[in-house]
Amino acid sequence: MGQGITQILVYSVVLTGLAYPLGLYMANVYSASRFGGRLLGTLERGFCRVVGTDPEREQDWKSYAKTVLVFTIFFFLVVYAIQRLQAHLFLNPDHEKAVQPHIALNTAASFVTNTNWQFYGGESTMSYLSQMTALAVQQFVSAGVGMAVLAAVIRGISRRSAATLGNFWVDLYRSLVYIFLPLSLILALILVSQGDPQTFGGHAVAHTLEGGLQEIARGPVALMLAIKQLGTNGGGFYNSNSAVPFENPTGFTNFLETIAILLIPAGQVFMFGKMVLARRHAWMVFAAMFAMFAIGVGVAFPAEQHGSQVLRASGVNITHGHGQSGGNMTDKEVRFGIADTALWATATTDASNGSVNGGHDAFTALGGAVPLVNIFVGEVIFGGVGSGLYGMFFYIIIAVFVAGLMVGRTPEWLGKKIEAREIKYAAVGALFVPTMVLTLTAISIVTKLGLASVYNPAAHGFTETLYAYTSQGNNNGSAFAGFGATNFSADFGTVAMLLGRFMPMLAALALAGALGQKKIVPASAGTFRTDGPTFVVLLVGVIVLTAGLMVFPALTLGPVVEGLIH
Amino acid sequence: MLRDLRASVVAGVVLTLAFGLAVPAAFTGFAQVAFRHEANGSLVTVNGTVVGSSLAAQSFTKPKYFHERPSATSPAYNAAGTTFSNLGPTNPALAKLVAQQAAAVLKLERPYNPGLTIHDIPVDAVTPSGSGIDPDISPAYAALQSRRIAAVRHLPLATVRKLIEEHTTGRSLGFFGEPGVDVLQLNIALDKVGGS
Repeated sequence: MGQGITQILVYSVVLTGLAYPLGLYMANVYSASRFGGRLLGTLERGFCRVVGTDPEREQDWKSYAKTVLVFTIFFFLVVYAIQRLQAHLFLNPDHEKAVQPHIALNTAASFVTNTNWQFYGGESTMSYLSQMTALAVQQFVSAGVGMAVLAAVIRGISRRSAATLGNFWVDLYRSLVYIFLPLSLILALILVSQGDPQTFGGHAVAHTLEGGLQEIARGPVALMLAIKQLGTNGGGFYNSNSAVPFENPTGFTNFLETIAILLIPAGQVFMFGKMVLARRHAWMVFAAMFAMFAIGVGVAFPAEQHGSQVLRASGVNITHGHGQSGGNMTDKEVRFGIADTALWATATTDASNGSVNGGHDAFTALGGAVPLVNIFVGEVIFGGVGSGLYGMFFYIIIAVFVAGLMVGRTPEWLGKKIEAREIKYAAVGALFVPTMVLTLTAISIVTKLGLASVYNPAAHGFTETLYAYTSQGNNNGSAFAGFGATNFSADFGTVAMLLGRFMPMLAALALAGALGQKKIVPASAGTFRTDGPTFVVLLVGVIVLTAGLMVFPALTLGPVVEGLIH
Repeated sequence: MLRDLRASVVAGVVLTLAFGLAVPAAFTGFAQVAFRHEANGSLVTVNGTVVGSSLAAQSFTKPKYFHERPSATSPAYNAAGTTFSNLGPTNPALAKLVAQQAAAVLKLERPYNPGLTIHDIPVDAVTPSGSGIDPDISPAYAALQSRRIAAVRHLPLATVRKLIEEHTTGRSLGFFGEPGVDVLQLNIALDKVGGS
């Protein structure tokens, strides 16, 4: 356990140490009227010209939201079309057929919403063209959209008496070119040096030592991996995602990929602090997120190391030490062991990443409940790129509202009065998705069509269903992967992902529009301070009370029952 | 609306060309030059023939070879169709699988390890891996198999143990991850040392 705990501590320190300077850099990216030198500036202006936008002209929240919606719907259709036509297009060395329509629809929704839920096995379904131009492009673009919207929302919070939030095209371009591109090239370079393939040659065929034939799937993996991890995407090249050695060959790549999951979401908290000139407040938000992250790892790691009932009863040796990591090794890889798999599972569900380096379906009842709860609270423990922090804003507003009720004053946040309109937007943003998730789970679990997707028996099967809609509704994308694809589950998932992406996004933009028009009121003795530890406790408490209590009854039917009866 | 649509189409084309084709093509070109071996799947050759990849398990059933962890892919160790087993922690199918694997290990190893019991079998030997092609086994599982290998190949046990040590990948940079033994590389090395 000691070595595992040390690895987790080192992870936390390195993450914070990298996220802080990155956050300050990202604040500059979105704040500067001109960014980069002459050459980069010319490129940016060129992009704006071909798109037909005046970079100086800003949009109000409705116009910004409309552009985001049109842009995303357009790409939704493109991604669908490429998958359906891949058999007739180029870059298809392994002769993959057209993707089945319901799966293609689900996959299109999945990738344009930054979810990356995968109802297909990548290496055996998608042509290289689909992987690169449909899926990997969205891993950049949908992440860029999330970051752009966050930048706009933060501007609404920081500005006073302002009608506009920024220009979507400029924000998108800068997210992609100044943040995601350089970071993913650096990471991809390290990954390929460690063993991630990057080739357009098709499958390799090996003549094994015992005289058999083995087909080995390869492809342009490394670059897709990098953006998959950095953009909280999670959709891998291979079916088993980052458990596959070709995606994640060594303990070192595993460390870097785990850092990459939370790097930008953690950095955006510091970016927020700099942009609204409230660095202490940002540190408190970071502290609240970090506390919830630490609790998650603190539960998942011992639970997995303790092992499952089946393994303990079997009599095999699951004790750590003497040349093995022990514990629940079902669907886990030797080179990662228990600690690094539990850490990854926590990080990937805190962020809306959803990549995995081991199978969540095979986690113990308690260990598997951690990712489920992490996702259910709305992907706000660092959360998705962009979407995580604006999701957290809803909870912050509810928190200051609750504090205001306690002392009988109109609540304020960063100098803005929080009134009925803001509370309504925050409530919609925080409550819509969990309500939808529970409804879809309930319908799925009482219908024959829904039950057809369940793989494991008894309570675990319920957890699979709950996890599937929680993951899709919150745009995470990880799975209790036994949950099967049917037309019904694919279509339900499509609805969950689209509504789960856009309802909170629209609520956040509307909130920013409302806040941007307000004046700043000077803080007084009665103002609830949001830059101290009391705020951290209140914020975590509000999250636990709203989302936590909503998921609790469902948890009792799944992981709790499973944990109790064995 | 129309303005946004036109902008989206143009941006869509530009971004797809840039991030879907230009960047991957340029990066692939670079990787093929700078990291040729890794970028093509870390393939392992013996006498000019590709025998596998150091990053993928393959099927070993003969007693003269170290065996891999169980695999849930179809067929087993399918490096073009990776998958988890997805067997939940209370699933009776998992109990059955573990019992079968443990019995198979005992049957195979006991002739060379008198007194071996189920309590000596490390958990990775009886559980499916995450990818189905986990190239590593734990040092404990390698040690368990070493007596069989030495006996079948008529090699001194010390030689086999030394080979295991040489093919044990420690934690990366001495710190990250867990130690493992690359089974394919180890078996190739064994074939070179010989024994019958």
